[in-house]
Amino acid sequence: MLSDQIQEKINRELKKYPADQKQSAVMAALRFVQDEKGWISNDDMADVAAFLDMPHMAVYEVATFYHMYNLRPMGKHMLTVCTNLSCQLMGANETMDYLKQKLGIGLGEVTADGKFGLREGECMGACVDAPLFTINNKRMCGHLNAEKIDQILAELDSGKSGGQP
Amino acid sequence: MINIEIDGKKIATESGSTVIEAAHEAGIYIPHFCYHKKLSIAANCRMCLVEVEKAPKPLPACATPVAEGMKVHTNSAQAVKAQKGVMEFLLVNHPLDCPICDQGGECELQDLAVGYGASASRYQEEKRVVLPKDIGPLVSAEEMSRCINCTRCVRFGQEIGGQMELGQAFRGEHAEIMSFLGEQVDSELSGNMIDLCPVGALTSKPFRYTARSWELSRRRSVSPHDGMGSNLAVQVKDNRVMRVLPLENEEINECWLSDKDRFSYEALSAPERLTRPMVRQDGKWQEVSWQVALEYVANGLSQISGGAGAAHIGALATPHSTLEELYLLQKLLRGIGSSNVDFRLRQSDFSMDGKQAGVPWLGMPLAEINNADRFLLVGSFLRKDHPLLASRVRQAVKHGAQANVVHSADDDLLMHVANKAIVAPDAMVDLLAQILKALATEKQASVDAAVQGVSVGSEAAAIAASLAQGKNVAVLLGNFAQQHPQAAQLQLLAQQIATLAGGKFGFLGEAANSVGGYLAQAVPGAAGLNAGAMLAAPRKAYLLLNTEVELDCHDPQQAQAAMYAADMVVALSAYKHHASDYADVLLPIAPFTETSGTFINTEGRVQSFKGTVKPLGEARPAWKVLRVLGNLLKLPGFDYDDSESVRDEALGGVAVAGKLNNGLSGITLQLPSAASSGLQRVSDVPIYAADAVVRRAASLQATHDAAVPRAVMHGEELKKLNLPPGSEVKLSQGAGSVRLNVAADDRLPLGVVRVAAGHAATAQLGAMFGTIVVEATSGSGA
Repeated sequence: MLSDQIQEKINRELKKYPADQKQSAVMAALRFVQDEKGWISNDDMADVAAFLDMPHMAVYEVATFYHMYNLRPMGKHMLTVCTNLSCQLMGANETMDYLKQKLGIGLGEVTADGKFGLREGECMGACVDAPLFTINNKRMCGHLNAEKIDQILAELDSGKSGGQP
Repeated sequence: MINIEIDGKKIATESGSTVIEAAHEAGIYIPHFCYHKKLSIAANCRMCLVEVEKAPKPLPACATPVAEGMKVHTNSAQAVKAQKGVMEFLLVNHPLDCPICDQGGECELQDLAVGYGASASRYQEEKRVVLPKDIGPLVSAEEMSRCINCTRCVRFGQEIGGQMELGQAFRGEHAEIMSFLGEQVDSELSGNMIDLCPVGALTSKPFRYTARSWELSRRRSVSPHDGMGSNLAVQVKDNRVMRVLPLENEEINECWLSDKDRFSYEALSAPERLTRPMVRQDGKWQEVSWQVALEYVANGLSQISGGAGAAHIGALATPHSTLEELYLLQKLLRGIGSSNVDFRLRQSDFSMDGKQAGVPWLGMPLAEINNADRFLLVGSFLRKDHPLLASRVRQAVKHGAQANVVHSADDDLLMHVANKAIVAPDAMVDLLAQILKALATEKQASVDAAVQGVSVGSEAAAIAASLAQGKNVAVLLGNFAQQHPQAAQLQLLAQQIATLAGGKFGFLGEAANSVGGYLAQAVPGAAGLNAGAMLAAPRKAYLLLNTEVELDCHDPQQAQAAMYAADMVVALSAYKHHASDYADVLLPIAPFTETSGTFINTEGRVQSFKGTVKPLGEARPAWKVLRVLGNLLKLPGFDYDDSESVRDEALGGVAVAGKLNNGLSGITLQLPSAASSGLQRVSDVPIYAADAVVRRAASLQATHDAAVPRAVMHGEELKKLNLPPGSEVKLSQGAGSVRLNVAADDRLPLGVVRVAAGHAATAQLGAMFGTIVVEATSGSGA
């Protein structure tokens, strides 16, 4: 079942669209689910489909199409490292290597304690800050180097700051 | 009109049409995969790229609207280069497995690759692999690597089938067609996805690897199942029907077929086929020659008509029999002096007999359904009883029509239903009376005094309001309404509603020959007993044409009792069936593919067909069997040379259209006084249990639609009886009972149990309507 908070958020979203086009809110609805649970399970997709009066398959199509929807748990803090050209020129590969070594996980993996997940992403339109990663698709951290990464990870680990900016 | 030029040819075409439509209309072929005239435009295969003058790059013809003065080149250097480029990309990931591909020889990709493909591939890397899927017993998705992602199957589900069971998940290189969580595709129209698939990704599971398309000869036929009379292309190899495809007929089935029409052919070579005449001697079945069997029947009939009297002989035929068979059956019966002949086996109210102005029919051509703007569907399991007709209603609803439903079950019609009134069967008459009264108020018209007393509920008022706004109203009575014990009253009310609304009234024909049966005069008339009466007052002898009484009759209990009590039962059947318990003679007759014949569909269209293969074993066309039987009984006028002369005699040279009339006179409206007590039975005939052929089609029997019926009740009723869903219950009607599992469905009205008819699991029960007792069995419930 979708939580009351999610339902409320979807209902607010639905006001933006004509009453007979509820499916317009599908992307937002999936985002709300992921914000709350960290990922979107098949059951969640079925719930969103029922809520928006859509075929299950249509929700599945959307959820699998977009890279930023997690179809499996990706840890409490999911780090998405941009590996496109500008970031690469500015050292994204080193950033990635450092993160892998520091967290002890590979791409697409989650640390054993479930705190951190690592994945690569496409250009986030902030090449001026390269190299960079985002935390849970919400907070962007740029000009990364080993020191800065240590600092961000420590901050996340201590729980002082969540994924929210 | 807009003037454009394609390949130098000047064409005037309608504004809003696309380049590919204009081209095809003018006979210019543009290669394409994802475009289909009946589906929305996706423009994702890019095969139809053409050069348009003044456009900076090639444009997809399927998605480019025509514009005044447009000059299109489908064959110029630029267009051909683009098309060849697209083909090269399509072939990048397509496996080179044509020799072992079921689609080989009828593959759109293969055909176009001949014209646009290079002789060798420049692609050296690994091709992508898409894992096989299991989407049910009818459609095979074993080789999804062949898929070119045209999404025709997805769009078919969304737009024609009404349910999106397949979708394209993931993106780009990883995109693949699949169902949600690997669920089975349950659409009753799913087979059309096989036709639509331009490659060998979706293929027919029953047909796979049994023949190559070029080995098959193609013969026209007509579907013997529902009232639509879909046109078939029966494909034959070595005197065996290998598969059935749609034969396009825009006025009937368009380019579609229901799965029932498409896959029922498997039953034609089922092991249960009866291939030799058999006679029971001293309680044992003996195979005999036709001569012996027919003489036995002729003697038996002569003895009974000479002794007890011809009125002690009755004949029951299914409306899936051909016009010729039904005509000769009644001619034979009347020849020996009995008028006890009927084909309306599931009907229970015969009070309209003798009061009908003509032959009951759809009341309009099938194609006109698409133009209606208001529907009142009374008592119809529309999707399962008439899959393609339901699709026409769905198209109309999509274009703004409002569907209103009065029924005793609320199955998903896969379309938007504007208003519905779901009531117990005994409340249906009252509900139509309410609608009539409300509509009369809306229209400020006077109505029958009998309906003045009803109090109009909100549902009826809403339906009346919807109908009142309609300019093109269609009021249609479904199978359930026709089988209802107050069918005449329902008809009377529905007709008055249609008249008030200025619309059309019609019957959804249950079977291929529901109209033809009347025209064949296979009805008792004033002198004889109808299907109900000749079972209620058992006869000494019965002739059964295609009939399995325990599955085809309104009250199987009563029908079986009559059969067991009879002195002689002669079963003309294509299959060995339960009749071997009570019959004395089994005569093997030919199913629709092995005989010539005629079906008259629900819109009154006479469609004759020829046999597509020779009869199996010693089976013979039933019209020939009846002709010889007529000769043996020395009846006059049984010397036909061919089925055409039988048909011509049956139709009497008069146009059928003139005989179609839904008028009813001499019946007064009588509203039921009080609701009956106890649980009422609501019966549907499951889609794959409706006739003898489809019951034996193996793959259809493996679908979810063919699952063993359950006793379905509203959750409240289950609570009242203290029955947990899934538990086993004993259902009793009259002397018989069956055990089924219960299920909850809160869309059903209170006070009813839905129990399917036409199924072996419920054959020991009584009438399709009426009260039924539900008890917990020991070990279940309380």
